[in-house]
Amino acid sequence: MISLDVNQKTYQVDADPNTPLLWIIRDVIGLTGTKYGCGVAQCGACVVHMNGEAVRSCVTRVSRAVGKKVVTIEGLSKNNNHPLQLAWQEIDVPQCGYCHSGQLMSAAVLLRENNNPTDKDIDDAMAGNICRCGTYLRIRKAIHLAAEMQRKGIKNG
Amino acid sequence: MKQHLEIKTRYFLPVKTMIVVAGVLAVIVVTTSGFKDKYSFTNTDAIYDDINKDSIESVEAFMQVYKVLMSPRCMNCHPAGDHPLQGDDSRIHTMNVRRGKLGTGVYALKCSNCHQPTNVPGLHTPPGNPKWHLPPADMKMVFQGKTPHQLALQIMDYKQNGHKNKKQLLEHARDTLVKAGWNMGEGYTPPPLSYDAFLTAWDTWINKGAYAPKP
Repeated sequence: MISLDVNQKTYQVDADPNTPLLWIIRDVIGLTGTKYGCGVAQCGACVVHMNGEAVRSCVTRVSRAVGKKVVTIEGLSKNNNHPLQLAWQEIDVPQCGYCHSGQLMSAAVLLRENNNPTDKDIDDAMAGNICRCGTYLRIRKAIHLAAEMQRKGIKNG
Repeated sequence: MKQHLEIKTRYFLPVKTMIVVAGVLAVIVVTTSGFKDKYSFTNTDAIYDDINKDSIESVEAFMQVYKVLMSPRCMNCHPAGDHPLQGDDSRIHTMNVRRGKLGTGVYALKCSNCHQPTNVPGLHTPPGNPKWHLPPADMKMVFQGKTPHQLALQIMDYKQNGHKNKKQLLEHARDTLVKAGWNMGEGYTPPPLSYDAFLTAWDTWINKGAYAPKP
């Protein structure tokens, strides 16, 4: 059995240690907010946080997550009130929405490390998250808004 | 009178010998200094130990080393700019990945977010190593665009090589991240020498005096 800490809950998982973390999160634990896109770390749909870093769960073996804290989109905030989630709703960012849990998890790392990002900072952080609907301009706008909310101290769940 | 002359002869002979020896040494110093430039190695290094020096053998070995260092498997992570390179054509890494201050990427695009401790199965998937990174921003250790002369001098320069002394340079070639260049997974052309041949050339270059090829 493999012991995993996901969204501050401990799960005992019976799985091959080489299984991608994505499939453990989705198929074993049942948290389906994290999406499968390319399977080779090229699109960003599967991004989750592992000890605070935006890892791509499709290529991360579950054995690498042992002893680390995993956070998925479901655990980003307690009440869907992370500044990014509020900004995403405010700007109405998604079109089909498939890539957006990955977009939000990547953007969350950016805002944690830089509370006032420029357009270039956003490009540097987000260029690995692909959106086939092309919502990039709204993503950028929402990140600026979320950064402003964060600086003003609007509740971060 | 005769006794006086004998004393005089014994007194001057060693002086003449010393002059000749000094002349020979001066010729040797002038000749060998033409083969190498100035390094800023630490004083404790025995790199200039004369016992094993051989400038021709050393330079020949470096030319083998150079072929490996300039191959995409090595050079792609020693770029002239702040983006790692990718593929056999050394294009800018997808996603415009950046070096970052520590060489480990920035924000959501840190190297180890995709590069796992081991290779990912499949063609052209991210190669793996627990230490995947570029040289840091304050010492970029650029390979791209360097001539053999420039690269040899840079590698042997303590102020430009990650503060490595001779022993640490010899060890560096045995680092798992260096060795990873020969085992990056499906679809990656290995460097032009085998790993063992590279190690032999690397050690020969350094142990024979770490000479830089002429500009």
